[in-house]
Amino acid sequence: MAESPKRLEIRAPIAGVFYRRPSPEDPPYVEVGDTVKKKQVLCLLETMKVFQKIKSPADGKVVEIVARNEDPVADGGLLMVLETD
Amino acid sequence: MFKKVLVANRGEIAVRIIRACRDLGLKTAAVFSEADRQSLHAALADEGVCLAGFKPADTYLNMDKILRAARETGAQAIHPGYGYLAENEKFAARCREEGFVFIGPSPENIRLAGNKLMAREMAAAAGVPVIPGSARGVVSRDEALAIAAETGYPVMIKASAGGGGRGMRICSGPEELKEEFSIARAEAAAAFGNDTLYIERYLQNPRHIEFQILGDSSGRVVHLGDRECSVQRRYQKLLEEAPSPALDGVLREKMGAAALKVAQSMNYFNAGTVEFILDEKKNFYFMEINSRIQVEHPVTEMVTGIDLVKEQIRLSAGECLDYDFSSVPGRGWAIECRINAEDPENSFLPSPGTVERYRPPGGFGVRLDTHVYQGYSIPPYYDSLLAKLIAWGPDRKSAISVMSRALREFVIEPVKTTIPLHRRMLADKSFADGDYDTGFVRKFIPVDEDED
Repeated sequence: MAESPKRLEIRAPIAGVFYRRPSPEDPPYVEVGDTVKKKQVLCLLETMKVFQKIKSPADGKVVEIVARNEDPVADGGLLMVLETD
Repeated sequence: MFKKVLVANRGEIAVRIIRACRDLGLKTAAVFSEADRQSLHAALADEGVCLAGFKPADTYLNMDKILRAARETGAQAIHPGYGYLAENEKFAARCREEGFVFIGPSPENIRLAGNKLMAREMAAAAGVPVIPGSARGVVSRDEALAIAAETGYPVMIKASAGGGGRGMRICSGPEELKEEFSIARAEAAAAFGNDTLYIERYLQNPRHIEFQILGDSSGRVVHLGDRECSVQRRYQKLLEEAPSPALDGVLREKMGAAALKVAQSMNYFNAGTVEFILDEKKNFYFMEINSRIQVEHPVTEMVTGIDLVKEQIRLSAGECLDYDFSSVPGRGWAIECRINAEDPENSFLPSPGTVERYRPPGGFGVRLDTHVYQGYSIPPYYDSLLAKLIAWGPDRKSAISVMSRALREFVIEPVKTTIPLHRRMLADKSFADGDYDTGFVRKFIPVDEDED
């Protein structure tokens, strides 16, 4: 039997605006149910006109996207939840 | 003269404009986003209108909301500050159509300045040196290669609608140019909605020097001397001084005359800047026109004694210029340090948050333009500029001493700021000697690791 999956919370490293896609025309980086690799880009966070890529800290699966596209998020705010082995 | 001015901006520049208006006996109306309810500009203005939303697109960039606020408050004039709608031709034109005085250049000036290729052509036609490169827009890769072969590598591909460091690519040889040309074109189309490109020879680590311009409605244009803006990181200025330590009287006069030619040939109105680059052999080339009041305008104010924002207001009310650079000889030296909420030790990552400890500097020769106060919460949605610290002295050496002392006094915590970086730069020998170029900042910051 495989170990039960662990819940991994992705939080904003600083306050900013949450973006699910690289630009309005592009598809979202990830959807719920997607398998992601370590260091894969999950979303963007814009703080004071600077965009930073939020990358996955581990291999896993996206189980929940908590923040809404283009919504403000607080420092440490929950962005999405992954499941890892 | 109008009686009430709507200030269509936020942060230190909104505070700066409100102060100028009050000094002139004018009423002010502020606009502020939901994130800026506690902002200093909102507190200092006579009245304020909250613009629903947080993001710039919903607030300070939203023409409809701003014009509605102007109507509601009964303002006769709108000052756009810098950034946001300051260089938006459409906004300037709408102000005019809807019966407001736009405190700034004419829509025609803004359009020409915003088209970098047209501005370059105009400067060349006025007899001002431009960087060797394409005389018009470059449409094909082969054309680009032919021009680059003529000017010599490295070359820079620039977007005509770019400027201020945006929409540029450096190519060291034909292979790279072939590869980058199509990408640059697609990028320009996506970023600016205009894929016109042009090519210029790339000058390595030049100096960046600009001249302050003022024009009145009778067509008279004057310049108010130069500013040295070579301390930059990724084309973002960090520190400026006036005058430039790189110019002597002869070169200053030549460049000032060239700046005036550019401004006159475009019938420039109100405040603006003509930017040049200067190579190590002290050849100067026109770079671009900025059709706004600039962030670094206080250094010119300190050495000329002229309040540029008040002049903008006065000129927009139809008053005339009755002086020029020869009648306002430079007095001493001024330096400005931009204090940004960024961590210079960590790729200049922004650092929003609450200012828990605030101790501003003061004393002779110190000016502080800021919207920060003890307990202020820096929102994450806008620019990272927190304060402009300006030091004045009778000569360059004393201005450096005053600035170094002021930077030692200045505390903004716990947010990360550029204060420690400025302290290190001010203590540097080549800075003290005035011997620096646009590569200077690299000496003081860790190598970027964020390039992925």
